[in-house]
This record gives sequence, C-alpha cells and structure tokens, in this order.
Amino acid sequence: MAIEIEQPCVGLSKVAVSETHGEDSPYFAGWKAYDENPYDETTNPSGVIQMGLAENQVSFDLLEKYLEEHSEASSWGKGSVSGFRENALFQDYHGLLSFRKAMASFMEQVRGGRAKFDPNRVVLTAGATAANELLTFILADPGDALLVPTPYYPGFDRDLRWRTGVKIVPIHCDSSNNFQITTPALEAAYSEAESMNIKVRGVLITNPSNPLGATVQRSVLEDILDFVTRKNIHLVSDEIYSGSVFSSSEFISVAEILEARQYKNSERVHIVYSLSKDLGLPGFRVGTIYSYNDKVVTTARRMSSFTLISSQTQHLLASMLSDKCFTENYIKINRERLRKRYDMIIEGLRSAGIDCLKGNAGLFCWMNLSPFLEKPTREGELALWNSMVHEVKLNISPGSSCHCSEPGWFRVCFANMSEQTLEVALKRIHNFMVKKRSE
Amino acid sequence: MGLESEQSRLLLSKIATSDRHGENSPYFDGWKAYDRDPFHPTNNPQGVIQMGLAENQLSLDLIEDWIRKNPKASICTAEGVNEFKNVAIFQDYHGFPEFRKAIAKFMSKVRGGRVTFDPERIVMGGGATGANELVTFCLADPGDAFLVPSPCYPAFGRDLGWRTGVQVLPFQCDSSNGFQVTKKALEAAYNKARENNINVKGLIITNPSNPLGTTLDRDTLVELVSFINEKNIHLVCDEIYAATVFNSPNFVSVSEIIQDMEYVNRDLIHVVYSLSKDMGLPGFRVGIVYSYNDLVVQCARKMSSFGLVSSQTQHLLASMLSDEEFVENFLKESSKRLAKRYNTFTKGLEQVGITCLKSNAGLFFWMDLRRLLKEQTIEGEMELWRVIINEVKLNVSPGSSFHCSEFGWFRVCFANMDDETVKVALDRIRVFVCRGKEEDEQQQPASTVNTKRWKTNLRLSFSSRRHDHQEGVMSPHMMSPHSPMPHSPLVRART
Repeated sequence: MAIEIEQPCVGLSKVAVSETHGEDSPYFAGWKAYDENPYDETTNPSGVIQMGLAENQVSFDLLEKYLEEHSEASSWGKGSVSGFRENALFQDYHGLLSFRKAMASFMEQVRGGRAKFDPNRVVLTAGATAANELLTFILADPGDALLVPTPYYPGFDRDLRWRTGVKIVPIHCDSSNNFQITTPALEAAYSEAESMNIKVRGVLITNPSNPLGATVQRSVLEDILDFVTRKNIHLVSDEIYSGSVFSSSEFISVAEILEARQYKNSERVHIVYSLSKDLGLPGFRVGTIYSYNDKVVTTARRMSSFTLISSQTQHLLASMLSDKCFTENYIKINRERLRKRYDMIIEGLRSAGIDCLKGNAGLFCWMNLSPFLEKPTREGELALWNSMVHEVKLNISPGSSCHCSEPGWFRVCFANMSEQTLEVALKRIHNFMVKKRSE
Repeated sequence: MGLESEQSRLLLSKIATSDRHGENSPYFDGWKAYDRDPFHPTNNPQGVIQMGLAENQLSLDLIEDWIRKNPKASICTAEGVNEFKNVAIFQDYHGFPEFRKAIAKFMSKVRGGRVTFDPERIVMGGGATGANELVTFCLADPGDAFLVPSPCYPAFGRDLGWRTGVQVLPFQCDSSNGFQVTKKALEAAYNKARENNINVKGLIITNPSNPLGTTLDRDTLVELVSFINEKNIHLVCDEIYAATVFNSPNFVSVSEIIQDMEYVNRDLIHVVYSLSKDMGLPGFRVGIVYSYNDLVVQCARKMSSFGLVSSQTQHLLASMLSDEEFVENFLKESSKRLAKRYNTFTKGLEQVGITCLKSNAGLFFWMDLRRLLKEQTIEGEMELWRVIINEVKLNVSPGSSFHCSEFGWFRVCFANMDDETVKVALDRIRVFVCRGKEEDEQQQPASTVNTKRWKTNLRLSFSSRRHDHQEGVMSPHMMSPHSPMPHSPLVRART
C-alpha cells in the first residue's frame, strides 16, 4: 500500500530543487557585481570590468565582412523560393549535410590538416553545454563518475552532473609541474572513486585547457589514452578552444594521436567541439560531438532531438565554413590577434609584479596571486577576490570556483573587450599592486 | 575481430542501451517505404506519398514574403548585418527581451486576445521536444509517472521518459464518445496507478489533440483542471497546434480556464508551446515552456541552457512576430487554407464511403477504416496498414502507434503537400476502396456478416511480419542521408 508522504513544497523533482545548477557559487557572484555596475568607456568608466567571461570578441569584423560580401549565400538568396521553405522545414536530426561537411572541414583546418574528420560522425547539438551533458547521459549511469582534471570549467558541475546524476571525481593537478595531468594523478583519482564504491566510466579533459589557457602535451595525451584503455573506460576531449591556440603547431588533438595509432582502441574516444569560442558565436548555439564509436554516434544523434541547431543557423554557417579561403584567413588572423592580446596582458601583469602560468591558447590567462594572499587558504583567496571585484572593480574568476587545489590562482579573460578597456584593467591592477606593496 | 569484442565490453549507459528512444518500433516501416520510393509528381509519380508527417506547409509563402520585405530582421543582409555582433554574442538564457515579448504577444493573439502572457515566464526549449522533456525534468523524479489520454503523440514516451526515467501511462479514450477525455477515465487511470504503487506526478494533454485534430471543450477542461487541483498533481498542456484551429468550436486554452477558476493552485499549471506546427517552422527549433509556477520558471530557465533557441533565430522572429499586421493576416489566412485542405480531403473520402472523426484543428484527420479490417485486432490493423503503404502507396500512421485501443483508425496528414499531390492521394484512395468493393461484389452473393473488403489474392508485396518490438536496431546506414529526393525526411520526428 502506498505511503503518502506530504510534499513540503510544491512537488517539483529532486533535480529541480537541488543546487547542482551551480549558480550559487562565487563564480556567479562576480557576475552579479558586474551586472549591477558594468564598465562602460564613456558612460561608466569606474564600473566593474568583465574579465570573467571567456568570449572571443577580437575577430567579429572578419565575420561581418564575410556576411556583407556574401549575403546571398548566407541568407536564403534573393529570388529563391525553395531555399527558405526547405530550410524552415528541415528538422532532421542528422543535420544539414552541407553543414556537417563544413564543420568537419573546419575542424581539420583548425588542426592544420593533421587529422581527418568524417562528416558522418559529426552529431550536432545546441552548444557544447548540451554536447557535454548528452555524452554524459550516454556514457554513464546515475551514480557513476567521470574523472576530470582540476582546475576545470565551473560549468562542468552543472553540465555533467545536474540532470544526469553522474558524479565528478577530480584528478588533482598542481603548479609543481604546471598543472599537467600525470598518470599517478589519474590512478589516484580512479582509486579514490573505487574506494567510495563509485564506478568510473570515463575521463573528460579540456584541450586546450580552461582555465589554464594551455594545450595538453603530446606525451600527456598518450598517457591519458593508455590509461583509459587500460581501465577500459571512455575519453571525452573537449576541444572547443582548439582554434584559439596562438600557434597552430602547438595544438595536438587526440584525433591526431588516434590517427597515428591507426585508430586502435579509438571507439572509446569522443571529441566535443563548438563555434562559441573559436568563432565567437555563443548565441548561435553550435556544438558538435565527434565520436569514433558507432553506437555513440547513433544514440547521440537520436538524443540530439532535444537540442538541435536551428536550421537557419546551420544554413548560414554551412556557407561560411565551406568557404576555405575565408576560414583559413580567419583562423590565421584570429590566432594572431589572440596572441597579441595575450602578450599585452602578460606584459602588463609582469610589470605589476604578477606572474602567470605560461599559456599558449584560449581567451584567458591563469594568474598567480598566491604570493599576495593574507592566508594561503581558500578563505584567503576569496578575500583577495572580494577586493578585486569590489575595490579594483575587475570581475575575475577565483581558482576555487574551478576546483583548483592550490589557493591564489585566478582566471583572467582578455578577449571579450577592446584593447583600451584591457589597458584600463591593467592600470587598475598595477595601482592595486603598488598600494598592496606599500602596505 | 578484436575491435568488435572490445566494443561490446566498453559499455554505454542504461539510457543509451535502452530502446525508449522509440525507433525500434515497426512503424518505421512506413517511413522506410517512403524513403526508398518517395513520390514526386514528375520524377516518381508512382512513389509513396508522405501522409505521416504532421507539417504545416500551406502558409510558408506568407513568411517568405515578410522576410523579403524586412531585410533588417536578418543579420545576413546588408540592412541587418550591423546587428550581427550583438546577436552573435548573446547567449543569456533569458533570451532576448524582444523575443520573449513577441512570443507572449503571439501566444495571446492565437487565443484571440482572451488571455495575456507574461514575457517573464517565457522559457526556451529545443523545440517542443526539448520543452516537454525540460518541464518533465522539473516536475518529476525517475520512476514517477505522467498520465496521458490516448490516442496520443507516439514520441511522448521518448520526450517525457527517455532521459528523465519518468513513466508515461496512456489511458484509453474511445470512439463511443468521439475519443473525448472524460474525468471518469482519468480518475480510473489515476486510481489504477496508485493501486499499483505508482507515484503519479502529473497529467499531460495535447490540446488541440494529436492525432485526433479535436479541441477540448470548456467543461472538460474545467473538469480536468479541477481534478489535478484536487489530487495536487501537475497539468502540462501541450498547445502546439493552437493556431491550426480552422473551424468552430473555438480553441479554449487552459490559460483562459484558470482565469475563471480562482481556487486552482496555479503552481500546478504549465503550458508547452512551439512554432513548428502553427507557423510551419520545425527547423528553427522554437520551443517554449510557460509555467505559472515561479520555481519551475526559474529552474526551467537554468535548464534551458541545454537547448536555447539560436540568437539568430530569436532575432528574426522577434521582429516578425512583433509585426501585428503580419501576424493577424497570417493567422487568418493559415486557418483558411487549413480549412480548405481539410474539406477537400474529407469530402473526397466521403464520396467513397470513408468517414473521419469530425475535427476542427490540427494538420491531420483521424480516418475510420475499421470496417476494412479482416479482424478487429492489432494484427488486422497492421495488415491493412501494410497494404495501404505497399499497394495504395500512402504513408499514413496506424492508430496503434498512438496507443489507440480501438483498431482500424489511421492518422492522415494533409498539410504537408501541394494541391496536385492531394488529388493523386485522393485518387489512389478511391481506386483502392472501389477495387475492394468490386471484388466483393464479384465473389460474394448478397451480404454476409463477415464480408471482407479485400481478398487474400491481393499480393502483399511486403512480407508480413509479426508485431514485434524487437526488430532490428536502426543503424546509421539504413537512414541514408543520401536520399535522392531533397524533401526526403530521413528520420525526423515521427509526427
């Protein structure tokens, strides 16, 4: 006989009332400070500068120019009747073939042609957020775990865990070796999960890394691949920043390693990609899963029904990304501009007496303020962070929100603002450090 | 080879290996038949006509026309590209305020202005598919159940239950009262579930109904709302066909009903909407969750990160749907065209003695072929269905795929083809029915109780299979993306 249990609230699901959406973390508190007092060059020059948002705004002019010169191809064409109709009706979860081809080709270009991608393995989702969640639903059961190296993107706590019921067990990395992933660390994480009776289903890495802003070295990738093969688990490689590596030759994708191994044991590997960072189009919700596992491709495709990409957007990007001249030029110039920004911020921080992890990719740098903490603890870090947000008026992301085991590191974004604004930010940091040293 | 055994050892999740995605059902045979041999007026006039896809293709010209006249609404045109950057970086899960306002206004217009919607309650989902799943994640835990009146949309099992772990329990409605939902049937289903220790979390209804094409009358809606209120369970109203109403009675939305029911706990009421059917834009993936429950709005909004509407599409539609003149004309004209198409079909069928459920909405009609069944069983229905696909060459959807308890009903879509194709479809039906009648007269003197409408000497070009849910996994190569026909649907939503 059913036992009636009085629902204390309005009877929502456990998922709904949990806090795994993660929005109560300090990562978001800084956002609130920015929202309440946003910097503007002219109207609010003393407002909070947003440096917590990993957006790429340095290359929009290239995209705008493309659209101006190719409006026929990217819209539905002038007199064409069937273009719009067909596109508006297209809801096939395979996605537009032309778009899949263009994505595969773009991914190849980003990797300098060092890996091949088959358009039939490209599964489309509305953003990498959806792709990561979807893969988790496919690779793990509720209560199982994915191993994720720290520090990691704060959003993973929500994307990988919230609705899936899957856990994250951290692979601890630290500054002693520039936060690189090591086999002992992998083994330790695996053992930790085992000791808690948690089944590990896979490892998820971000390469280039968020928040480190650095690519994963070839030998480390090889080690990770060997590890997951040994344990017979999956490997998800989130490569959404692959086009943001300052120098093309420095990025090694897991796809290249698999090709070199003639795809042996590749059915456990899945790559996540997106156009939100490399092309600066987060609003368009373009994510992909590229899996070497047939069953994963089929299942992911079916699941993508919940999160398809607007056919209008697929159409626009199919035309843009299949223009190889445009994409090659874009990739090259985008890299150069990001490198220039990176150099600018590193130099600015150095002259303020602040060191950063040596980075070579991404839209942010990993800044080391540990020498300046009152106490070498999480509380010390948050106290310093509080000053940064409310006194210096810079929203940067504290390492603890990225689950970094060492206090004092901060992620600082540099590609989501104009050069002038970046200069203002650097000046503020400089002044803050001068003041701090004199105290 | 080593690879295969390794693949099988490398397990996927239970969700991944279950078949709640629903694609292993025999109903895919109809789609396969269409994919293999799709009708085309000149290239393939003998091909299978697609009547299993609930799409609204009748009024896209009006939308195209608007787009041509409003180049500023597109970020790809010279006139609109200055907005490109602002649109491209906008990923806020609240959505553009203009978009939410425009959707709220549109939803209100569709309901004749009898109710207004608050833009702050508009939450995006990846199409109605995404929206239905999203709201279920918010309302129910794994193992909980949602009741749904049948016949119902076949993919509810997937949408509400695949990844959520929620059970979807259809309860029967039948032709004795035109398949109307009754409080009695609902109550019986609810009690039965409770007796079996199933935790019923809510009721989901589609109004206007898919596959019936009928709208719920005010009294029934009031009864349903009172019931869920009394039992303190949620009510999800999928109103995605709201603007396809082409005849009286008028559409009555749950939103209107609760305005006059002060005592009802509004925290239990949630509406799912979409532009896929009403506007014929399934590709744009515009799903909406509109909840009267603040906590659900907040939670759903966070969850919508997993299926936001492309900002490019939000931008275009914000502009289009704020054009009041366009919207009014569109709704009026679309309704007219649907009515005309519906009448053409139903009259044509009447002429050959085929009746349909009297309906006033939707993109399909519910056709009664019970008297053509050899036996009033599911096997009988499937056999007739296979004949319709393979002999008559029409892909229609058998009632059993909608969990209908009565056999012999078929959903036939009418808004996804041009006028020429309509004629061909009607001709084929006429020929089929008349051929059955002729052979009847030739072979049987007078009438007997068990007159069969077609004879066993009609070749079934399709080897009859048993109704077997375990039939082969749909592997990628069967869903060839390389279909020769540009309109071939591959594996779309089966609606």
